Amino acid sequence: MFPELFSTRELRKTIDGSVDWLVTEYADSFEALTQPFLTLLIWLEQLLRGAPWWSVILVIAGLSFAASRNWLMSAGMATLLFFIGALGLWDQGMQTLALMLVATGLSVTIGIPIGILMASYDRFRKVMLPLLDVMQTMPSFVYLIPVVMLFGLGKVPAIFATIIYAVPPLIRLTDLGIRLVDPDVLEASRAFGANRRQQMLGVQLPLALPNIMAGINQTTMMALAMVVVASMIGARGLGQEVLIGINRLEVGRGLLAGLAIVALAILFDRVTQSLGQRLSAGQKDAS
Amino acid sequence: MNIQIRNIYKIFGKKPEAQLAKVKDGMGKDDLLDATGHTLGLDNISLDIDAGQIFVIMGLSGSGKSTLIRHFNRLIEPTDGHIMVDGNDVMAMNDQELEDFRRHKISMVFQRFGLFPHKTVLENTAYGLQVQGLGQAERDKKANYWLEQVGLKGFESQHPHQLSGGMQQRVGLARALTTDPEILLMDEAFSALDPLIRREMQDQLLDLQKSLNKTIVFITHDLDEALRLGDKIAILRDGKLVQTGSPEEILLSPADDYVQAFIQDVNRARVLTAGHVLQPAKLTVTLKSQPAQVLELIRSNGTDYACVLDGRHLKGLITQLDAQRACQEQADSLHNYLSAVHTVHCDTELEQVLPELLTRHGAPIAVTDNDGQFEGWVSREKLIALVA
Repeated sequence: MFPELFSTRELRKTIDGSVDWLVTEYADSFEALTQPFLTLLIWLEQLLRGAPWWSVILVIAGLSFAASRNWLMSAGMATLLFFIGALGLWDQGMQTLALMLVATGLSVTIGIPIGILMASYDRFRKVMLPLLDVMQTMPSFVYLIPVVMLFGLGKVPAIFATIIYAVPPLIRLTDLGIRLVDPDVLEASRAFGANRRQQMLGVQLPLALPNIMAGINQTTMMALAMVVVASMIGARGLGQEVLIGINRLEVGRGLLAGLAIVALAILFDRVTQSLGQRLSAGQKDAS
Repeated sequence: MNIQIRNIYKIFGKKPEAQLAKVKDGMGKDDLLDATGHTLGLDNISLDIDAGQIFVIMGLSGSGKSTLIRHFNRLIEPTDGHIMVDGNDVMAMNDQELEDFRRHKISMVFQRFGLFPHKTVLENTAYGLQVQGLGQAERDKKANYWLEQVGLKGFESQHPHQLSGGMQQRVGLARALTTDPEILLMDEAFSALDPLIRREMQDQLLDLQKSLNKTIVFITHDLDEALRLGDKIAILRDGKLVQTGSPEEILLSPADDYVQAFIQDVNRARVLTAGHVLQPAKLTVTLKSQPAQVLELIRSNGTDYACVLDGRHLKGLITQLDAQRACQEQADSLHNYLSAVHTVHCDTELEQVLPELLTRHGAPIAVTDNDGQFEGWVSREKLIALVA
């Protein structure tokens, strides 16, 4: 038996106690704080679900054409969405799509600045790296419990859980991309008197863009992987269908919802990848 | 703008300042590395660079030359020492002043070009102006002008990777010139180019320099290049200054075995030009001078001939005999008594001057500058001393 160095029971109690205290004292203010995100998500969800299905397909096809400049791909993406509708999962698909868009958008607004800071300050990087490891490896259920206690069941904790799980690759790849910028090129910009901001916006970020786009791609993929878990804490959508399938032992229901998730994943992946390729190709060919 | 470098030390390692005293007490590079794990990059470098000069810093790889040139614009901070540009201490500048200095006064051309792969040739060229915050129209106008100057008209919208190495470095040169800096730093700017292109670029630089008159600090490991371009050359070895001097001084009186080894294989006749063996004319008269006066001058100077100038252009020679003849024939001008003179350009290599001198059986050869103005004669003594 491993000797008991200190009472883990006490430790657990302390942690439980402080979370309880946090919940009783601040749960309301946390909820108020997250209200804007909830509003945004609900608005987007209403928009996607309220709009006629063909208009959504048209918009997505247009977006994927804008990203790839490829009609064939654009048509493929439209077919994928049509497929989700054909499975009878249009409504749930739109709920999941809205959740993904908001989670990805928030991940980008959080992840890229953190990545920039990590590339700029070595100390910050040293602190962040283990934190990112924790975020990526800690089982999501562990932080789902306090998140649900603080924000209640529903969409907001789902977004938070998704971001915690999905943002690390974007942060890492932003940091890596900036660090990989040719030091000769950066030196040239310094030699011409560029200040930190001009170096970052004019040289480092544009040259890191292929890596950052790969990071965004990874983030969307990981966010989709969280769909089922998110539905356990009240985010409805395709994940909920899977859950119902599991609960009722309806293999068919689970499989169809699973296929719809795959369809969404392919859609996100191809669109972000082709956008990334086009942007990095723009560095070489005429943009 | 003149530049003075005073007692620059650069030590690489964890605590460079702590090792400074040891180095100043004379500890060498190897001892320092063994004793403290610090690398001595530059050891007490002092240089004086005059305005309008091409100053070449030469050395083999590891001699610290690339480190040294980055001290001029403080891309690398010295461990100790001062850098004065036109009397202003660059070391005393704060970040803002340093940025301003880099934006307006000094620019740099890099060995591996350092072009921005995501920008077009035009955007690359205009980068310095963009950093300055200039408007698009003015930026493009100036960048276009300099692109045309370096022979890249028509390539504005290409990206750097679409150009050959030589063309990329022309973009680098245009980018450096577009901010109209007073000092140009060139870090092995032509070393990555193949020999033909390198020579072309050297010619272009010399050509541009004639009209620009910038202060140019040029780094190279190639002695031929150093001798071709440099008004003055400094030779660096293991972070120490071995010798500073004009190309002739380096060639004719190398300071030590290291320099000697460097210059051993140099074909001096290809490196040195007519300008290097110039001797001023002993006696010049103008076309309007009276023959009698001229004859008198020639006699009193104890020479055989005088050069006849019209303004600053050489018209020909008047020998003592011809002057006598002119006097006897009561001519009122020297015009019909001149003998023609073979002239060479001051940039002509000695290799080409030599056969001329030999085939002309001792007739003098005149040297003119770029505008065709008379500068002096080719000195046989100097030529023999340099080439032999």
